[in-house]
Amino acid sequence: MMAQPTSVAWFARHELGLFWRDWIGMMTAGQRTRGIILTVILVIAAILLHLLANALVGPWLAEGIRPDKPTLVLVTGGGLLFWSVMLSQALESITRAYYARSDLDLILSSPASSKRLFAVRTTATAASTMLLSALLAAPLIDVLAFRDSPKWFAAYGVLAASSALATAIGVAITLGLFQLVGPKRTRLIAQIVAAIIGAAFIIGIQAAAILSYGTMNRFAVLQSADVVAHAPDVASVLWLPARAAMGDIPALALILIVGFAALAIAIVVSASSFSRHAVAAAGIGHARVHQATAAFRPASQKQALRRKEWALLRRDPWLLSQTLMQILYLLPPALLLWINFGRSAGTAVVVVPVLVMAAGQLAGGLAWLALSGEDAHDLVVTAPVAPRAVLIAKIEAIAVVIAVILAPLLLLAAFLSPAVALTAGLGAALAAASATTIQMWFRAQARRSMFRRRQVSSRAATLSEAFASIMWAGAAAILAAGSWLLAIGPAVLAILVLILAWAISPRKGASGRI
Amino acid sequence: MTDLPLALDIKGLSKRFDRPAVDGLDLEVRAGEFYALLGPNGAGKTTLLRMVAGLLQPDAGSIRVLGIDARRDPIAAKRLIAWVSDEPMVYDRLTPLEYLQFVAGLWEIPAAEAEATSRTLLDWLGLAPHANERCGGFSKGMLQKVALAGALVHDPRLIILDEPLTGLDAGSARQVKNVLLDKVKSGVTVIMTTHILEVAERMAERIGVIASGRLIAEGTLDELRAKARHGGVSLEDIFLDLVAESAAESSAAA
Repeated sequence: MMAQPTSVAWFARHELGLFWRDWIGMMTAGQRTRGIILTVILVIAAILLHLLANALVGPWLAEGIRPDKPTLVLVTGGGLLFWSVMLSQALESITRAYYARSDLDLILSSPASSKRLFAVRTTATAASTMLLSALLAAPLIDVLAFRDSPKWFAAYGVLAASSALATAIGVAITLGLFQLVGPKRTRLIAQIVAAIIGAAFIIGIQAAAILSYGTMNRFAVLQSADVVAHAPDVASVLWLPARAAMGDIPALALILIVGFAALAIAIVVSASSFSRHAVAAAGIGHARVHQATAAFRPASQKQALRRKEWALLRRDPWLLSQTLMQILYLLPPALLLWINFGRSAGTAVVVVPVLVMAAGQLAGGLAWLALSGEDAHDLVVTAPVAPRAVLIAKIEAIAVVIAVILAPLLLLAAFLSPAVALTAGLGAALAAASATTIQMWFRAQARRSMFRRRQVSSRAATLSEAFASIMWAGAAAILAAGSWLLAIGPAVLAILVLILAWAISPRKGASGRI
Repeated sequence: MTDLPLALDIKGLSKRFDRPAVDGLDLEVRAGEFYALLGPNGAGKTTLLRMVAGLLQPDAGSIRVLGIDARRDPIAAKRLIAWVSDEPMVYDRLTPLEYLQFVAGLWEIPAAEAEATSRTLLDWLGLAPHANERCGGFSKGMLQKVALAGALVHDPRLIILDEPLTGLDAGSARQVKNVLLDKVKSGVTVIMTTHILEVAERMAERIGVIASGRLIAEGTLDELRAKARHGGVSLEDIFLDLVAESAAESSAAA
């Protein structure tokens, strides 16, 4: 049956249709074989993640899982780790609902109710947040459900309620920001808040682990006797979500009611102002006056390109918010390096992979901006510069930025051990080079403002980038531990990832083409 | 055709996507000429000009820019060309002056000379008061003028413009047209596509009409008038007549 035009069901159907086409387009890029290959890769990844989850919870299962205080602390802490990421994602999506202009101008200028549209988009945010967190948590939940008790499937219900609550809080924060700082700054501040929320809990707990136990294992805190001793009694309402996840039906019902009631209230309260805020967001001016440009500086073609890249990176508020999380993740290893100053021990094994991963992730983002996000593509292509020279200049610009960010940490590591610094530097260089190369193979002309969707435009590039960074991080960690022979394994895997990425990339070796 | 050197000499140029976009096209444009390229949507105008500017690789044919083989030595050809598209591609987070400094760097123009030219151009285009504002807040017309200033800062000998007046208000359009006419007076060649037939009629010395990737007619307005089967007073009548004739011939051939 056809839904009444402009009804909630009609908008929902419209949004679902767009989402489905987006998803199919993203997965297959119009090629059936590509879709099949990606599906196979995803199935293999799912199996591997389930095996990894099985290995992780194995010892816990062997001891027997009871709803006692240590278990409740561990489940709640783990859940909070997930929830902070959910809240971060929900806040980011909600902000986008106000600022994305793709079809908003059309809908806002039509006689259709913007309240209904907002209700649908907010619910869609909750659903997509739930989907992402479910994908991440599924291996753990499934293994627990199959090996311990099917009651663990209730954890999916907790995820749904948590997503709804996260979305409701995301709406409240966005509205609060509109009131406090106005539409001009809300988007940027919301992005930064989202990045901090996403990283804060993980970093906080990691910092506590480092300061108390000298380890980066965040679960060390959750499993420590001190924390368990100071935690509230098992009867406390604080443990309701954990108990619900473990299959306590009344607790689950209560959690679901709270989560979805919060979402409903948020929608009802905010829907009426959606149109007003969205229109205000559309009307923000960008005119920013700089000090009069100093006299033109002589520059070679490459210098001109590098300076332009640095100026754009420096002025890109989105880059700050998008990479803030990666930079924040560098704080714990820096802290670990700091407190272990003068003592070597196993610090290197922990610090090195984090630095290598951070370098890979940073390079991926920066490389996308420089290589794909070229707003004046026609200008650069029609300039009398060899395409190879353009590429080299842009890669140099990226390399300098990564070096500037990582240099203080590498220097700190060098005081700890020059060998560790060298290993970290080598791993970081390899991870950054891999990520940049992958971005070069997968580059496609896009606007810089599409940066946030860069992962969406090519899942294959994103996955390859992540896997290559992980493998280089693993190799560097093993090398830092003193076993160069074992380090060959992940290094070879990293190279295989690169070969696979090259094989499926749309630009096999097309480094110099238009 | 006079003995003036050719600014653009195209022979047998072809480019095929799903179907032929440009189909064995020959075109000659003299140095210092204002040449307008007309054609219905999808006729191949933009594809043709993008190949000349080095933005697309042709499947076949040759392109010579002021005597330089653009396919063999694209860098040398690009030094002489400026390209302005209908969608101004300008960096949101640079100011017009910073943008022009970047363009000057790409074309290796000495800094002092580039700065003086940039300031003159911004003044000329009415952008001087906005020289130190980020382009992100500019209107389409202002962005188009920044892009045009970028195209002129390296003193090109051949300016290629694809629908440069789209979306410009009357004042901005007048400014752009004046700048282009001044350039032609100083010996620069201008090739421009436009759907505004009045602009072609008033500004161009010669007009080329493209349909289905082929140049179906070219000449001065009077020459085109003579070629059109049913005649007509305005360029619009002539253009529509020529395109209809070409479509009828294509159908008959098929």
